[in-house]
Amino acid sequence: MSDQPILELKNVHSGYGSIKALKGISLKVMPGEIVAIIGANGAGKSTTLMTICGIVPVEKGEIYYQGKLINRVSPEKLPTMGLCQVPEGRRIFPRLSVEENLILGAFHREDKDQIAKDIRHSYELFPILGERSRQHGGTLSGGEQQMLAIARALMTKPKVLLLDEPSLGLAPIIIQQIFKIIADINREEGTTILLVEQNANLALQAASRGYVVETGEITLEDKASSLLTNPKIREAYLGE
Amino acid sequence: MEYFIQQLINGITLGGMYALIALGYTMVYGVIQLINFAHGEFFAAGGYVGAIALAYFAGVGYMDSHPVICLTASFLIAMAYCAYLAVGVEKIAYKPLRKNSRLAALLSALGMSIFLSNGMMLTQGVYDKVYPGELFQGRFDFGMISISYLQIMIVSLTAILLVSLNLLVFKTKIGMAMRATAQDKTMSALVAIGSNRIISLTFAIGAGLAAAAGIMYGLYYGSVKYDMGFIPGIKAFSAAVLGGIGNITGAMIGGLIIGMVEIFGAGYISGEYKDVFAFIILIGVLYFKPNGIMGENIDDTRV
Repeated sequence: MSDQPILELKNVHSGYGSIKALKGISLKVMPGEIVAIIGANGAGKSTTLMTICGIVPVEKGEIYYQGKLINRVSPEKLPTMGLCQVPEGRRIFPRLSVEENLILGAFHREDKDQIAKDIRHSYELFPILGERSRQHGGTLSGGEQQMLAIARALMTKPKVLLLDEPSLGLAPIIIQQIFKIIADINREEGTTILLVEQNANLALQAASRGYVVETGEITLEDKASSLLTNPKIREAYLGE
Repeated sequence: MEYFIQQLINGITLGGMYALIALGYTMVYGVIQLINFAHGEFFAAGGYVGAIALAYFAGVGYMDSHPVICLTASFLIAMAYCAYLAVGVEKIAYKPLRKNSRLAALLSALGMSIFLSNGMMLTQGVYDKVYPGELFQGRFDFGMISISYLQIMIVSLTAILLVSLNLLVFKTKIGMAMRATAQDKTMSALVAIGSNRIISLTFAIGAGLAAAAGIMYGLYYGSVKYDMGFIPGIKAFSAAVLGGIGNITGAMIGGLIIGMVEIFGAGYISGEYKDVFAFIILIGVLYFKPNGIMGENIDDTRV
């Protein structure tokens, strides 16, 4: 692990027209880390990820990825640089087959043999996707779609994976499965993970560090274990 | 019976041309939810470029010695020209309005249609431009039924183009990317698919097919005119709506149906009303089945 952050936001402002969603977000993610962003609905968690990915334009501040300023890099370039997001609501291409969804994860890649290998690897990781490879993505259950969304993102060969609410709307047993796989990806591939979750308990158990976002600003930053025992956090986000 | 088969053959010939034009409407609608009213002008422009190229080849004498090469070259030149034209039109007239309401782009499309049509009138004149007439004069006769070589050429080329398009859209990675862009542009960007590139490609393919139809039309009817894009354009648009706008297979089927109905209507009811039948179908579809034959949900929330 080097001491140079792989992803860094410095005083980032962004929003949708007159609505200012982010009012000066600063955060750092070190290579190989799992970092969680927690906060209430509408606090700006998803906007933070969409701003990093260039979908929501930066109005002020800087975003650095591997030491390079990426404020003005177009969104479709970022996955080719190893920065990939699994967005909220999975956003599977509903009228494309499971396999086509995976192939598109590798849209920018030219290494055909390796792509075929990676697709087989996805099916080993998520056997249910292998069984459903010819089905339309839109016919999958929520949990299966989340698996497909993660598998599709892995096809881009990410160095940093941004995950937005991977637990949303899923049964507890599926959530466990998904989080185990997230931990595996981080441990085995060394993929850095920035995780956004409303389920703070879950996120802080998986992560090494965490940030708390409130109305577009970071209000707290600490080790995940400390956040889990912080009485304020326990009261506000862990339902105690 | 012979009369019926004869009409069927004529209907397939015309329907194939409508299908080629309809694909451009439906593909562009699928990707950016715009009815590209300027699309008929790509058809007309293709007809003109074809006429100019063929006249040039005839003038230098290649037409007699190498007719197939000349014809192929004319098709390629016209299709390439219209593909570039369409990409330019998109960049100038639609792309700057992409973040605005859909109505703005629709009005821009109407304006582009008038602009292009008048452009052709000013540069090519208001009179019919005659196609070199000696091409594919021969015909097969089976009793009362006759099929001209030209019809065979048109139908086979249409079939080749339709099959190639299907392979491109449904079997290749770039085709997958086109479908993905149609379904969710933000997500496409998150997997490295640049929507601008895909939109340009969609316009280029649609206009290329329309240009091919333009030459076929010119060869079939013997001449082209600056405003010839309007009526076939609206008929092909009706075909796209009939098939289910946004659906590629639907546009092909819709085109064939509109062509058949027009020919059979003219043959069995009255030739005076041949332009009316397509619009009766359009009104009927909009009234009874607005999603069309193969239609996807109109309220489909695409981003």
